[in-house]
Amino acid sequence: MNTKSSDFKHQHAAHCESGVMSSMLSHHGLKLSEPMVFGLSGALVFAYLPFVKLGGMPLIAYRSMPKAIIKGLQKNIGVKMRLEKFSDPQAGTKRLDALLEEGRVVGAQTSVFWLPYFPEEMRFHFNAHNLLVYGKEESIYQISDPVFEHSVEADEKALQKARFVKGMMAPKGLLYYPSHVPSNVDYTTVIPKTIKKTAKMMLKTPVPIAGLRGIRFLAKHIRKLEAKDRRYAKLFLGHIVRMQEEIGTGGAGFRYIYASFLEEASEILGNDVLMEASKMMTVTGDAWREFALMIAKSIRSKKSEAIDFDAIGAKLESVADQEAEVYKKLLTAF
Amino acid sequence: MEIKKVPQDHISTYAENRKAIYATDDKGHYGVVASSGWHVEEEATKQALNELERLAGEAYEAVESGEKSPLFYHMYAQRMDLIVLSQSVGMFQWRVKRHFTPSVFAKLSDRVLARYSEALGLSIDDLKLLPSRES
Repeated sequence: MNTKSSDFKHQHAAHCESGVMSSMLSHHGLKLSEPMVFGLSGALVFAYLPFVKLGGMPLIAYRSMPKAIIKGLQKNIGVKMRLEKFSDPQAGTKRLDALLEEGRVVGAQTSVFWLPYFPEEMRFHFNAHNLLVYGKEESIYQISDPVFEHSVEADEKALQKARFVKGMMAPKGLLYYPSHVPSNVDYTTVIPKTIKKTAKMMLKTPVPIAGLRGIRFLAKHIRKLEAKDRRYAKLFLGHIVRMQEEIGTGGAGFRYIYASFLEEASEILGNDVLMEASKMMTVTGDAWREFALMIAKSIRSKKSEAIDFDAIGAKLESVADQEAEVYKKLLTAF
Repeated sequence: MEIKKVPQDHISTYAENRKAIYATDDKGHYGVVASSGWHVEEEATKQALNELERLAGEAYEAVESGEKSPLFYHMYAQRMDLIVLSQSVGMFQWRVKRHFTPSVFAKLSDRVLARYSEALGLSIDDLKLLPSRES
C-alpha cells in the first residue's frame, strides 16, 4: 500500500499532545501554535500524587491528564474530534490504513518503549505518547512525532505493538482525527475564560495535592527526605527533574510554553497585563530550572557530603510564591 | 530563558537528537529553539537508567544462583518492574511473582509463556534463558 498526505508539514514541538494537535489543526487550515493549543486547552497544572506510583515513584505532573488537550480544545474552541479505540490490534492497524487511504493525517496514542526510532536511553514504559501518522509506503509508516526534529518512520509491526501495549494508561490503539475544524476562534471570549480558569485552579484549588498547594506539599516531602534512605532520596529528587525536564515540556515543566502563550494572547487582544504576566512566568520558569540544578548537584554528591534537603525544599517554596504572583496578576488582566 | 542561554550540552541520552525548547530572543519574543540537551536532564535520566541496570544486575545474579527464574531478570532488563509486567500481561501480581520461582516457571504452559513473550518482546526460547554476560 502506498499513501501519503503530500501537503502535510512536520512541526518540531516541545510536547507530544499539544504538538500533534497544533500540526493537525494547522493541516486543516486553523493555524494554532503549540503554545496556543496548550494554553487554550487549559493544560497547565501542577499535581503531586504520592499514592499513584510510576516505576516506584509518585506521580508528579506539570500538565493535565493525557487526552485533556484534545478534550480541552473540543470544549473551548469548538473543534470536533473523532476518537476510536480497538480491542483487536489487527483491526486497529486496518482502520489506520483505511484512514490513511482516505488521505487523512491521523493522531495515535502509543507507548514510548516500543517505538524503534526513540533513542535507546530515552525508552521508558510510558504509554501516553502521541504522534501523527501521515502516510504509508509498503509496510512502513511515515510519522510526524512532534518531539523529534524531523519526521520519522516505523514499520507496521512496531507501530502496532506500540499502540497496543497493556497497563497503566494503555492506549488501546487510540486513533483520532477532526470531524469539524472551525475556520476561526473567538479569541476575545476564549482567552480570558481559559486564563482565568487556569489561574483560579492554581491559586484556589480545594485539594492539597494540586496547584500551588501541591507544589508546597511536594516541598514538604522533600524536607522529609532527610529521614529516608539516601538512595531513595536521590532517586526521588531525580524523578522530579525528569518529570520537569526530560518529558517534552518545552523547559521548566511547561512554564516557558505557557509564557509563550501569554505573549501571543497579549498580542491578539492588545492586552499589556498579559505581556507583563508572560515576563513574570519566564522568570518563574528560570526559577524552576535553578531548582532542578540544585537537585542535579545533590544527585552528584558523594556519600560523605550531606544533602541540604531543607534548602531544596525552601527553593521550591520560593518558586511557588513567585508563581502565585503570576496567577494573581493574570486575574487582574480582564 | 533567553535563546543564548538554552543549554546545548550534546547530552548522550538524546543520541544526536534535539528537543524543542521555548526561549526568548533579543526583543523578548518567544520562539522554538532546538536544544541538544541540558546536563541536568542527562544526569536525571542516567540516574534512572543506572537504577534499572542495578536491579537487572542483581536479578541476573539471583537467576544465576538458581534463586529466581529467568523471567525475573528479563523483567528488569526490559525496564519493567512487577507492577508494569503484571499489567502488561494482564495477570495479578501474586501470580507473576510465583512465576519468579524456578520450579514454577519450568512448568509454565506455552500459552502463559506466550503472554510473557509478547509483553517483553522476547521469543519463548529467549525467555527461558539468561543471556551470556557479554551481551
